[in-house]
Amino acid sequence: MAMAALRREGRRLLLSPTVPIPSPAAAAARSSVVSPPEMAPLGARFVSTQIVRNRMKTVKNIQKITKAMKMVAASKLRAVQTRTENSRGLWQPFTALLGDAPSVDVKKNVIVTITSDKGLCGGINSTSVKVSRALHKLTSGPEKESTYVVLGEKGKVQLVRDSKKSIEMTITELQKNPINYTQIAVLADDILKNVEYDALRVIFNKFQSVISFKPTVATILSPEVAEKESEAGGKMGDLDSYEIEGGETKAEILQNLSEFQFSCVLYNGALENACSELGARMSAMDSSSRNAGDMLDRLTLTYNRTRQASITTELIEIISGASALEG
Amino acid sequence: MLRHAARRLVSRAAVAPTARRALATAEVPAAAAEDSTFVEAWKKVAPNIEPPSTPMSLMQPRPPTPATIPTKLTVNFVLPYKSEIANKEVDMVIVPATTGQMGVLPGHVATIAELKPGVLSVHEGNDVTKYFVSSGFAFVHANSIADIVAVEAVPVDQIDPALVQKGLSEFTAKLGSASTDLEKAEAQIGVDVHSALNAALTG
Repeated sequence: MAMAALRREGRRLLLSPTVPIPSPAAAAARSSVVSPPEMAPLGARFVSTQIVRNRMKTVKNIQKITKAMKMVAASKLRAVQTRTENSRGLWQPFTALLGDAPSVDVKKNVIVTITSDKGLCGGINSTSVKVSRALHKLTSGPEKESTYVVLGEKGKVQLVRDSKKSIEMTITELQKNPINYTQIAVLADDILKNVEYDALRVIFNKFQSVISFKPTVATILSPEVAEKESEAGGKMGDLDSYEIEGGETKAEILQNLSEFQFSCVLYNGALENACSELGARMSAMDSSSRNAGDMLDRLTLTYNRTRQASITTELIEIISGASALEG
Repeated sequence: MLRHAARRLVSRAAVAPTARRALATAEVPAAAAEDSTFVEAWKKVAPNIEPPSTPMSLMQPRPPTPATIPTKLTVNFVLPYKSEIANKEVDMVIVPATTGQMGVLPGHVATIAELKPGVLSVHEGNDVTKYFVSSGFAFVHANSIADIVAVEAVPVDQIDPALVQKGLSEFTAKLGSASTDLEKAEAQIGVDVHSALNAALTG
């Protein structure tokens, strides 16, 4: 809603200087916005201030909208931030148990990129996409394949441009309702059912503060790879030293474990990213309201100067006319 | 270009002291910080982008296994929406593993256990806190740290017995009338959870 209004205002701003107005006075006024007001052409007594007035109105409206968006982002952020901070404990047991192996070299890599659905939030989506592209480059090679699963409209739009073929699935409207674990678990299940993987790499922006976020990669290995890695004694914790309770076989438990880990990591990642998005939107909207304010100040100054100049000219004309009559 | 140079300078300055510290004190966990092979590979493909952080570098390193068994067990009990117990030292926890109730004391052998719906009790001196957990995992590490991850948990005293009875009879009826495999499985889960809840309340 707000975004549509902003777009409309932006369009008006773009269009307004190019609207064809036939009269020479108006043509002169058009140039007055960009060039000094003394440039009034022959035949026009004063520069029209109407265009400046219109533009001032537009800028004021834009400022109102960006301010409102900032407020909305700020109030949403507060709720999401507490949820995000509460969800941070969720993935830590898994990392403590299984370790983390971002450098693992496997055949089928799936890159799960978490982005937002809406724009106007600074650089968080392009950061996610850039990191995903680099990771794609890192993990693809001869005899290896690397595919994307994209969450969020903005990431999809950016990745479709150059790597349409490697996108396996896209999911949008993640944040229509507030993110909850059940929804993410269903989503994780959906992803696991539809893609074949040896390693899943979840990319999201970890929220640090309202003005800073950190791109993060979490790696989840498939049960087979996890077993192989732990036997090889690499970066993974040694799973062999753990006794396994429940389930018929070790593989079954490991499968459950890695699926549960994926849903937990995805949940935290989605929340962190939503939180970063709101923070980034808040600061982006803050700076654009400030810019609109600056622009408004400049325009007001120009407008007032022009008005004053025309009044002064009129006064001089009256006075000189009167003195000519007297003398 | 200059911008990158500055960043490189900063990163070198930031790395240097930690390396020195690692030499000075031997008590730094080996797996801390980042994966160096990953960072190197990353620098090769994307020299202009900072390598992303990894979960390992974002979490507190765990202590090594002590030589003697500590007197207390350190418990982390996490839910998606809350860290119910964070790094708390207790005497014992009893977790509802799929193979049966499992008591965990300090010095317990390292275990991975899948949980079933049941009662998780945390013993701390004479205080016993009981939670009903839906499902999840419990990891007991060799260094007397127990991590319990559950999808949902509530203190047992907040459960309404009347609703449990109602739910139990509802799902039993559903199990009787279920025709497809999916319906049957769903009803079976409902019956299991509610009878576990019932047992938790009466037992």
